[in-house]
Amino acid sequence: MGGKEDPTANGSPKSESMAGKKASPPDLLSSISLKSLKLKTKQQELLLRVSILGLVYVLAFIARLFSVLRYESMIHEFDPYFNYRTTLFLTEKGFYEFWNWFDSESWYPLGRIIGGTLYPGLMVTAALIYWTLRFLRFFVHIREVCVLTAPFFASNTTLVAYFFGKEIWDTGAGLVAAALIAICPGYISRSVAGSYDNEAVAIFALLLTFYLFVKAVKTGSLSWALASAFGYFYMVSAWGGYVFIINLIPLYVLVLLITARYSLRLYVAYNCMYILGMLLAMQIRFVGFQHVQSGEHMGAMGVFLLMQVFYFLDWVKHQLNDTKLFQTFLRITVTSAILVGGIALGVGTASGYISPWTGRFYSLLDPTYAKDHIPIIASVSEHQPTAWSSFMFDYHILLFLFPAGLYFCFKRLSDATIFIVMYGLTSLYFAGVMVRLILVATPAVCLISAIAVSATVKNLTSLLRTKQKVPQTGSTKGAGSSKSSSKVTLDQSQPFQKNGAIALLVGVFYLLSRYAIHCTWVTSEAYSSPSIVLAARGAHGNRIIFDDYREAYYWLRQNTPTDAKVMSWWDYGYQITAMGNRTVIVDNNTWNNTHIATVGRAMSSYEDEAYDIMRSLDVNYVLVVFGGVTGYSSDDINKFLWMVRIGGGVYPVIKEPDYLVNGEFRVDKGASPKMLNCLMYKLCYYRFGELVTEYGKPTGYDRARGVEIGNKDIKLEHLEEAYTTSNWIVRIYRVKPPTNRL
Amino acid sequence: MMNLSRSVALISLFLLPFLSSSFSVDNPTDRRVLVLLDDLSLKSSHSTFFNTLKSRGFDLDFKSADDSKLALQRYGQYLYDGLIIFAPSTERFGGSLDSKSVADFVDSGRDLILSADTSASDLIRGIATECGVDFDEDSSAMVIDHSSFSVSDGDHTLIAADDLVKSDVILGKSKIEAPVLFRGVAHSLNPTNNLVLKVLSASPSAYSANPTSKLSSPPQLTGSAISLVSVMQARNNARVVISGSLQLFSDRLFRSGAQKSGSPDKYEKSGNEQFVTELSKWVFHERGHLKAGSLVHHRVGETDEPAIYRIKDDLEFSVEILEWSGKSWEPYVADDVQVQFYMMSPYVLKTLSTDKKGLFHTSFKVPDVYGVFQFKVEYEKLGYTTLSLSKQIPVRPYRHNEYERFIPTAYPYYGACFTTMAGFFVFSFVYLYHK
Repeated sequence: MGGKEDPTANGSPKSESMAGKKASPPDLLSSISLKSLKLKTKQQELLLRVSILGLVYVLAFIARLFSVLRYESMIHEFDPYFNYRTTLFLTEKGFYEFWNWFDSESWYPLGRIIGGTLYPGLMVTAALIYWTLRFLRFFVHIREVCVLTAPFFASNTTLVAYFFGKEIWDTGAGLVAAALIAICPGYISRSVAGSYDNEAVAIFALLLTFYLFVKAVKTGSLSWALASAFGYFYMVSAWGGYVFIINLIPLYVLVLLITARYSLRLYVAYNCMYILGMLLAMQIRFVGFQHVQSGEHMGAMGVFLLMQVFYFLDWVKHQLNDTKLFQTFLRITVTSAILVGGIALGVGTASGYISPWTGRFYSLLDPTYAKDHIPIIASVSEHQPTAWSSFMFDYHILLFLFPAGLYFCFKRLSDATIFIVMYGLTSLYFAGVMVRLILVATPAVCLISAIAVSATVKNLTSLLRTKQKVPQTGSTKGAGSSKSSSKVTLDQSQPFQKNGAIALLVGVFYLLSRYAIHCTWVTSEAYSSPSIVLAARGAHGNRIIFDDYREAYYWLRQNTPTDAKVMSWWDYGYQITAMGNRTVIVDNNTWNNTHIATVGRAMSSYEDEAYDIMRSLDVNYVLVVFGGVTGYSSDDINKFLWMVRIGGGVYPVIKEPDYLVNGEFRVDKGASPKMLNCLMYKLCYYRFGELVTEYGKPTGYDRARGVEIGNKDIKLEHLEEAYTTSNWIVRIYRVKPPTNRL
Repeated sequence: MMNLSRSVALISLFLLPFLSSSFSVDNPTDRRVLVLLDDLSLKSSHSTFFNTLKSRGFDLDFKSADDSKLALQRYGQYLYDGLIIFAPSTERFGGSLDSKSVADFVDSGRDLILSADTSASDLIRGIATECGVDFDEDSSAMVIDHSSFSVSDGDHTLIAADDLVKSDVILGKSKIEAPVLFRGVAHSLNPTNNLVLKVLSASPSAYSANPTSKLSSPPQLTGSAISLVSVMQARNNARVVISGSLQLFSDRLFRSGAQKSGSPDKYEKSGNEQFVTELSKWVFHERGHLKAGSLVHHRVGETDEPAIYRIKDDLEFSVEILEWSGKSWEPYVADDVQVQFYMMSPYVLKTLSTDKKGLFHTSFKVPDVYGVFQFKVEYEKLGYTTLSLSKQIPVRPYRHNEYERFIPTAYPYYGACFTTMAGFFVFSFVYLYHK
């Protein structure tokens, strides 16, 4: 598979550069095609462009199919299971039932208003695709549609990237951008087949909105602005990351205002986009009045008002025709406007009408905020600050091309390049704060890098070509005309330049091919595992599959009463409801911190205390994930400190130091007594003391942590083991009813 | 579990003509009782007690406690509905019987009368401990009371006890006037067990000690902490009577006259017979046995049970509760049955009114809170079987089209909105076409 992919991936940037070369008539290849097909240069270029785009489109899709080929067509990870479940509901019950869905199977006993607490864009998109296919008499299962939604939208994103690149630079840059983004690991990580998450369509929507807005600013046309408002609406309906758009665009407008690039085009584009976008966004139940009331959206409103002030001042200036008078007027207006705005903001915040920033927003601006204040945000691995290595991993050469691209952008400043520069810089900052925001930065990085690649290649090829053409008369349009600056320098030392240019070109192609190889490798090795089915290499290099999760969930589905309540840590909530079809206490929609803290408290208490909590929540089964046998490291014992922290955040009886020894988290003999006897420890290690996991090691050797456990004699009083999967990864316990005679 | 008992009930309905003497949901009174004796002479010395049982229709099966063929169940089916263990000195039961199988017998919902006596064996003590009762550890100790003993004997170990639990359900409607004579071992209740309670307590001046030896240290059990006869009703409504005295049930004490020391009242006959008879009626479910039908609820004006309620719905709730009279089911009448509308804590708590025909009902408004609620009836009344019923029902918020479309107070805003639109239209028209 990997071998097959490479040539295609290599091919696209190469063939792109051929598109640049094709413009020269004496080329043999093109003269043949010219004769046989009777195409003009322009048509040839179009044909090439379309075919390259088509290849990139297909490439973007097939590069994301590793997981389907290697495992099966299934939904990955945690959140996608919720999305899948809701999509299933939507296709079965229709839109209105979906919109008003009150789910009594999650967050028992509180329930969750699904319709009002999700971004429906993804589900509606998948359902529309599904219904269209049904209408066309393709009787596919909704799961297949869900699995392939992300690759499909990734392909669409390449198209948008092409148009965007074309808009900010030229068609060459657009083609390179499309090719780069098609296989960029930063994007693939969230859009492989089966990764049916909001981001899958949101990146498409994000880039589309930006593209349309840039187009609107460039043309000053109401219809482009309207289109961008609709793009924004789609984005709002798809992902909470829309906040990035509604802050970046005003920031961009503000920068244009400051740099004296204010124009009527900008006025039309922004006002139309903001007002219509806002009205449309408020139609999404989850957003609703937040869009005018919450702190995150206030910037956009402020810039909107500022635009009006600017317009007004412009008009006054036009009317007055007196600089001095205007200066005084300006001063008065600006101070009073700022004063009024400040007072309004102050009153609104003080009266609670404008809600303060949410924790997630805060933690973006101050990366240490969540760690100190909100353990539930800090506990999620994808909310961690990004390591340098993951930048390298996800961007590869783009990391170095990005500054070069910035240089080119600054060299040719326009409204559009200012936008892409701002998008790139802000999103790269956010990518540094949170791992998962690498995704948002990826399109910008690809676009800017594409500018670098395209501009460099174009300069170099034009160097080569102009040298050839010196004896000939005037060059054909294409590259030659745009690169007049390079022509000037070229006149001096031609032989070195030619060789240098060839060497540089070879270097560029080498880099790009390395990039393609790297991307394919990363996709196949790192980003195509469904994480619900685990794979490991055996002693002889063979692949071992651990399908314990599904085994456990199907056991729940088949063997427990339909109204049974399952308690587990929140990570597994979505999967239990989607695959096990049982009621859960908490799930991945972490809206109620207290409820999660209650579960955390139960897990970190002694068994009899936990029993009272479980009884009060009507818990029938407890599910824990345990990696001690297989060496699977993201199990509940490794997550346990977060349970303690989150539980302790609400219930101060749970204290983190009780579970640590000298600040160290251990499970062996040296562990703290509370640790050795808390519910989570007991449930994970029950009967584990009898087991030999590794040759030459004592019984009860935990392979995930590499120690022999400290409490091998575990007796359960109020719970009994109900099921343990074949590799012990998931263990399910039944909560016994109270004793009959006591 | 529910299904099982329901199908058992169904089967027993079909087999009623053949098996009319067995215990069932519809006929909860015990019928087949195994009596274990360590000395078969007890059969005659306690014949009055056994005869009253027989006369009430019980089928008694007397076995020696060390009978090697002793078995409570065969092929997984219990052979008896009740068990009377009058074998205080037995160290080991014969056959397959042991303390665990007795506990399992109780856990299966069947009833037990256990009587210890002085020098009770560890086996009997063990069974009592399983039921939340601890006999005095000193095996030679007896209850001694120097102020409320029976005058007739002059022996301070023959207690004339009159501190009875005040419950018509357990001890019958007619008051037991005469003191109950008791000679035996003291026990105390396990303080962590809230299912067990004293029926006959010792007076404050009683203590537990060996009557033949001198008291060297203060006695462990004293005063009204001492229980003479206790009952336990398990969570599955199995009933257990534990007595510290086997003589309590004997013909001799039934017949003997009783006069409490220091009291002028002299009775021809002790209260023992009435006490034991009434207690046996309770323990074998001839009295105080309730059964509830399913919880019925629906919206006001409808009859079908909805799958989900909406907040602020008005609903009607009812439940039928019947009481077993020993022969037939009679409507239960009480004014203290309550229903909770419960989600982590009761949002609605209402006392049900009864129509005197066994139907308890009420109506209320669903609170303005969505979530998964439960109708809960938790009825725990002294002596009666515990009723613990619950039924889960989700409550949803309004649908998008259940809100008012136009709010009257917002009419000025609607007006303002439309006039602005009209004004803007007129303005544009004038601005564009007026020269």
